[in-house]
Amino acid sequence: MKKKFISFLSLLCLTFTSCFSFTGCKSDASSSDTLVVLNYGKYIEADVLKRFQEETGITVKYEEYESVEDMYAKYKAGSINYDVICTSDYMIETLGKEGELIPIDYSSLKYYKNIDPAIIEASSSFDPTHKYTIPYFYGTVGILYNTKMVDEKTVSSWNSLWDSDYSNQIVMINSQRDAFMVPLKLLGYDINTTDKAELDEAFNMLCDEKKYVYAYLMDETYECMVSEDAAMAVCYSGEAAMGMEYNEDLAYVVPEEGGNLWIDSWFVPRTCKHYDAAMKWIDFMCEEEAATANFEYVWYATPNLTVAANEDEETLADETVFPSKETLERCDIYSAYDNETLDYTTTLWKKLKAY
Amino acid sequence: MKKVKKSASFLYLGIIFLFLYAPIFVLIVLSFNNSMSRTVWGGFTLQWYFNLPTNDTIMDALWTTLRITLSSSILATILGTSAAIGINRMKKNHAAIMLGATNIPLLNADIVTGISLMLLFTRFTSLGEFSVVLAHIAFSVPYVIFNVLPKLQSMSESCFEAAMDLGATPAYAFYKVIWPEIIPGVLSGFLMAFTMSLDDFTITYFTKGAGVNTMSTMLYTELRKGIQPELYALSTLLFLLAFLMLIATNLKSFNKKEAMRV
Repeated sequence: MKKKFISFLSLLCLTFTSCFSFTGCKSDASSSDTLVVLNYGKYIEADVLKRFQEETGITVKYEEYESVEDMYAKYKAGSINYDVICTSDYMIETLGKEGELIPIDYSSLKYYKNIDPAIIEASSSFDPTHKYTIPYFYGTVGILYNTKMVDEKTVSSWNSLWDSDYSNQIVMINSQRDAFMVPLKLLGYDINTTDKAELDEAFNMLCDEKKYVYAYLMDETYECMVSEDAAMAVCYSGEAAMGMEYNEDLAYVVPEEGGNLWIDSWFVPRTCKHYDAAMKWIDFMCEEEAATANFEYVWYATPNLTVAANEDEETLADETVFPSKETLERCDIYSAYDNETLDYTTTLWKKLKAY
Repeated sequence: MKKVKKSASFLYLGIIFLFLYAPIFVLIVLSFNNSMSRTVWGGFTLQWYFNLPTNDTIMDALWTTLRITLSSSILATILGTSAAIGINRMKKNHAAIMLGATNIPLLNADIVTGISLMLLFTRFTSLGEFSVVLAHIAFSVPYVIFNVLPKLQSMSESCFEAAMDLGATPAYAFYKVIWPEIIPGVLSGFLMAFTMSLDDFTITYFTKGAGVNTMSTMLYTELRKGIQPELYALSTLLFLLAFLMLIATNLKSFNKKEAMRV
């Protein structure tokens, strides 16, 4: 009995160790032609991913995240060595300050010329030397409104969010940074201000607005607008485009005071183990066919100039998707807050929620 | 008075059922909705069900989930059953210590288990699908032990000894005497390990490698831009499967009782 038990145990041990050694081999053998990509959820057309693997013979381990903060936690956990990551402007700036970025070898990119120089120029707020990033998608923050309840003139200013006629019909964006951007813009201050007096003023306006607000929402905004529970909502242009697809009475505008321009870009982090493959990936994302497919799937503004050739007039004229030059000029990009300002605005934001 | 009491109790029951099943009902209705939106009814359609097999992300996640769940629950059942047999044979004190040790993963918060396993795996091996299987085995073994041990304790030691006295080898005696007694426990342990592994999110999230997605972790990343309606269809199918299994097991026990009565 005992002997059998011992042999059984050793058999178990054997299977486990063999399992371990197998996985060991796997990760070694695959290291030369794999690529670990980290991107927002649903931010790529599945066929583009498939085609990249077929054409280059590189196996892609494609990982997704839900929010920017999520991405930071995932990256900082250090349990996976990512080769190339796509994320938003101010997070890239933070990572840059922490020394986590590796320069991109632009000379190896065949399709970099497809990228709109204006957007590259705009990226200088988080990548001042233009050494680390390639823009992937961009968009704005504005007001999505129902044309049956609100007229165009009213929403041409952020002031409309303080209009008592629309009491309980306003959806405010449930994001600290974007919510503070609105009163700051209305007051004519810099959206990246670190001046506490200015932030306090903005905070007081937000408190004042709260009595008109129906709800603070983020991902549910477009659902709420589609079902006509609210008359207007502060949201991202991508969210607005999604809502307009279901309800033709909806329209989107960036008020004349301007708003926020956000840019999601690719960068190579310090953990990169497959630099050449990462370059191939970035180049592939800039290629015409891939960029078009991605655009038609994601439906955010693409910085890729070649995409325009494949789209019809109506799409190109859609200002929700492609903000006009004038709109872009009115918009600013967020820069990363220093710790003190971040703590301060977080406290204000909590106070607002409890107000 | 009696009538009021009765109707009140029915109402109470009705409210409880409403809370339990209304969300599932909404999900089932949405799976037939001919619109991507959650609030607009676009008419009846079966397209999400037909699209399901062609949706690579969902099918990929489904197969990964099934692979991980099946392999981890089978391995956990083998490990747990052998552990239960061992514990049953131990002296009282040793058994208590052993049980305490195996209970820790059960009582531990998922997030602690997840993070500590992640640290362990990144130190000694790499994260991937296999690390998830190992993690799932780690937290499902106690469930198997819990299901098998009572069965072992309730059977008499003498049967096994009698079989040995009559010339059976230990393995033969185990197979003929012990195994038939404990098999219901092993099966329910397996089912528990299976369901625990199927709907685990926290531990999977921390121990999975890049590009490995189970149903739960995929859903989490999908939240950002709205859930694909194909997922409603898949969830409906999974719910129906569980429902049918429940009916089948209940029918069986019902028939048995009827047969006994005759």
